[in-house]
Amino acid sequence: MTAAAIEISGLRHAYGDLEVLRGVDLDVARGSIVALLGSNGAGKTTLIRILSTLQRADAGRASVAGHDVAAAPAGARAAISLTGQLSAVDEVLTGRENMLLVARLRRVPDPGAAVDRLLARLDLAGAAERRAGTYSGGMRRRLDLAMSLLGDPPVILLDEPTTGLDPEARREVWAAVRELAAGGTTVLLTTQTLDEAEHLADRIAILHEGRIIVDGTLAQLRALLPAPTVELVEKQPTLEEVFLAVIGAKPAKEAS
Amino acid sequence: MTALADTRILTGRSLRHITRSPDTIITTALMPIAFLLLFVYVLGGAIEVGADSYITYLLPGILVITIASSVSYTAFRLFMDLQGGIFERFHSMPVARPAILWAHVLTSLLATYVSLAVVVLAALAMGFRSGAGIGAWLAVAGILGLLTLALTWLAVIPGLTATSVDGASAFAYPLILLPFVSSAFVPTDTMPGPVRWFAEHQPVTAIVDSVRGLLAGETAGSELWVALAWVAAILAVAYALAMKAYRARIARTR
Repeated sequence: MTAAAIEISGLRHAYGDLEVLRGVDLDVARGSIVALLGSNGAGKTTLIRILSTLQRADAGRASVAGHDVAAAPAGARAAISLTGQLSAVDEVLTGRENMLLVARLRRVPDPGAAVDRLLARLDLAGAAERRAGTYSGGMRRRLDLAMSLLGDPPVILLDEPTTGLDPEARREVWAAVRELAAGGTTVLLTTQTLDEAEHLADRIAILHEGRIIVDGTLAQLRALLPAPTVELVEKQPTLEEVFLAVIGAKPAKEAS
Repeated sequence: MTALADTRILTGRSLRHITRSPDTIITTALMPIAFLLLFVYVLGGAIEVGADSYITYLLPGILVITIASSVSYTAFRLFMDLQGGIFERFHSMPVARPAILWAHVLTSLLATYVSLAVVVLAALAMGFRSGAGIGAWLAVAGILGLLTLALTWLAVIPGLTATSVDGASAFAYPLILLPFVSSAFVPTDTMPGPVRWFAEHQPVTAIVDSVRGLLAGETAGSELWVALAWVAAILAVAYALAMKAYRARIARTR
């Protein structure tokens, strides 16, 4: 067996005449966080959908945890968990019922205990008995993530996990993802925001015009640029830093 | 069997949607009961159907209308699952894929039976009486259950293909109107030629006549076999088309 949790080689996909993936090669090592960076329409979502067996590639191969997604989709599905751009929660059910549903479908032993543990870990224990339809955006995303973590799948695919979230909620999601990788889970996430990749990922792969054009650590990526020149500049706080300072937020829990 | 267990788990989920909003069952039963009231107490006095009390004549057609309005909720629930992304979540999980649609279909079957029971109780309160034995009632439940299955699979098609909530539920209107051009409300021999021909050769008449015969305690005649053939044919065609729509849907590339 190879060491990579995700192996992609020569993957191609086209929508009619529009070639979105033109031979993608990427390996993701076990227990690492890899950010797939690309602009809108670069094919990030297509790649994630192929890895999660929702879509078939036109050519090339991809496998997760040793299961070829085309030839052995059932094995692949057992090994992955997907959190897509839409928060795929059942709005009619409560947070706990959503969790129990996924736990039963994944045949998690002692589902009640596993659900309680994850709800606590993602700061949702207080809201567990409320319908998911009443949750804020950040809470829904955390519930979605918590549902993905049930059954400890070795590979987690996150498609723009923080899009549409406010800075606080985004930090909460980041903290949860870091914790995951610390526990040995492999995470492949897509993002459009560079600082998300910078904050979160061990490695960054840039998907551009259907190919991975760069793949490396942040330091390796920085080395691609000309050597930095030293200038004296007053460092202005970013608006995000101001926002977080003004509202007095640490990684805060949502009140509502 | 993992597929059966998955179906049970997912059926439990969508049944919970119904118990959370019982209005789906009430709304389903309300329109048929309104029809019962209207036809029995307003129009019924002028309708001549022979020796039976009119409500006893009317009930089988009203039960068919109940089924038609009940199954449209399947299209609605399926459409909402597709919109919300939970449909794709199930598809990316180790879940037996047939279970995902069957859960919706079985939910519809159970919810429809409850609605049918409510309508029958209302009819009893309004004077409906039947001398049928338990066997005949079971036969009625069986044929109405098969019709529900067939129409639910029909409802799966707009549920998978509609682009709006209204579109997903609109398919039920013709189904609700079909009983009016059948023997459900008035005997077909009062209708002019072409209309009468249509009424006598469309499935609702065969189904309504069979149910009426069973409830009257008559031994099943040829119309029961015609009705069963119709329902089986609708079920086969609807299931095949629904599976085609399903495969197209999961192969869809955005």
